[in-house]
Amino acid sequence: MKIEILGTGCSKCNELEMKVKQAVAQSGIFVQIEKVSDLQKIMGYGVMSTPGLVIDGKVVSTGKVLSVNEIVELIKAH
Amino acid sequence: MWQEFSGTIILQWLGFSGKLGEALHFFLYDTIKIWFLLLSIIFAVSFLRTWFNTEKVRAYLAGKREFTGNILAALFGIITPFCTCSAIPLFLGFLQARIPIGVTFSFLISAPLNNEIAIAMLFGLFGWKITAIYIGFGLFVAILGGWVIGRFNVEKYVLISVPPLSGDIEIPTYRPKFSERLNDAWGNTRDIFHKIYLWVMVGVGVGAWFHGYVPAEFIAQYAGGSAWYTVPVAVLMGIPMYSSAAGVMPLVEVLTQKGMLLGSALSFMMAVTALSLPEAIILKQILHIRLIALFFAIITAGIMGIGFIFNTIL
Repeated sequence: MKIEILGTGCSKCNELEMKVKQAVAQSGIFVQIEKVSDLQKIMGYGVMSTPGLVIDGKVVSTGKVLSVNEIVELIKAH
Repeated sequence: MWQEFSGTIILQWLGFSGKLGEALHFFLYDTIKIWFLLLSIIFAVSFLRTWFNTEKVRAYLAGKREFTGNILAALFGIITPFCTCSAIPLFLGFLQARIPIGVTFSFLISAPLNNEIAIAMLFGLFGWKITAIYIGFGLFVAILGGWVIGRFNVEKYVLISVPPLSGDIEIPTYRPKFSERLNDAWGNTRDIFHKIYLWVMVGVGVGAWFHGYVPAEFIAQYAGGSAWYTVPVAVLMGIPMYSSAAGVMPLVEVLTQKGMLLGSALSFMMAVTALSLPEAIILKQILHIRLIALFFAIITAGIMGIGFIFNTIL
């Protein structure tokens, strides 16, 4: 599984990255985490409000910092 | 009710009197009132906004005709959450969906102008009538400004190539539960309140001092008056005050009570919210300085026009 965090470096994006790391550690699943700050790539996903969260190439959330629990649920649902 | 109670606390229980008592009473009353209104209005707006996001707005605006598009974009600007930090992805994202550049600007003018803090402060300080006037004229400036920018050939001033969308515009399908929406709205309200509650105190504090100590004639002489230059001066003063709407608006309230004309006050408040230097600096990365200058010039002209009209009518 691969999780991408889309963001151009705003504080909320860093916050989301932290939460994702915690969530991954909690879930115990092997996940590859990647931070995407390249604007062209972000636009390619059709995301305009950062931070965005992408799991295996599918946009699951835009424009907000999810809680650790929400991310864990998204990981499990996948 | 709260006004009387605040008076009782300051004047009777704490025993202040005279001008100092009056200023303290005003300070306590206004600070608590505005805090309360800020919390409730920002919560309500944030809650409503959990149903909207920029991706949905873009999908809806794509393919709309220009003038209709301007109107819709300005309206969406009220209800869509917007942060200066995401101005670039938003701008490029709209172009990517082939939304005309003028329509994009209508959104970019309306969104910061009608932000939740400004709406909450206006409602708390001036009541619903002035709030409605502010929003109405804000929409007018956004619609007309965006439309005018669209009349110039400005596409060449976008300095970055817009990547084509792969496939259709995809909207994230995740639908939050009601409780999650409430949680999100409360989290957002807390964040915003944390950022501005001190500014409110500073603004009300200075306002209280004005209220108690500065005579009305003094203000009428410098900020009141119907001289033609009050409106441009008000707009110029508003530009560097971006994002301090929470601190500035209590001052404006006192100034209007003491004789500042409402048109100048409206121009000033719109300049504070709509002419944002941080946004200009961020957009500078992808737009030619000429387009940004045009963008600022048109908003400035619109805001001043509103000030002049109001000062003349009222």
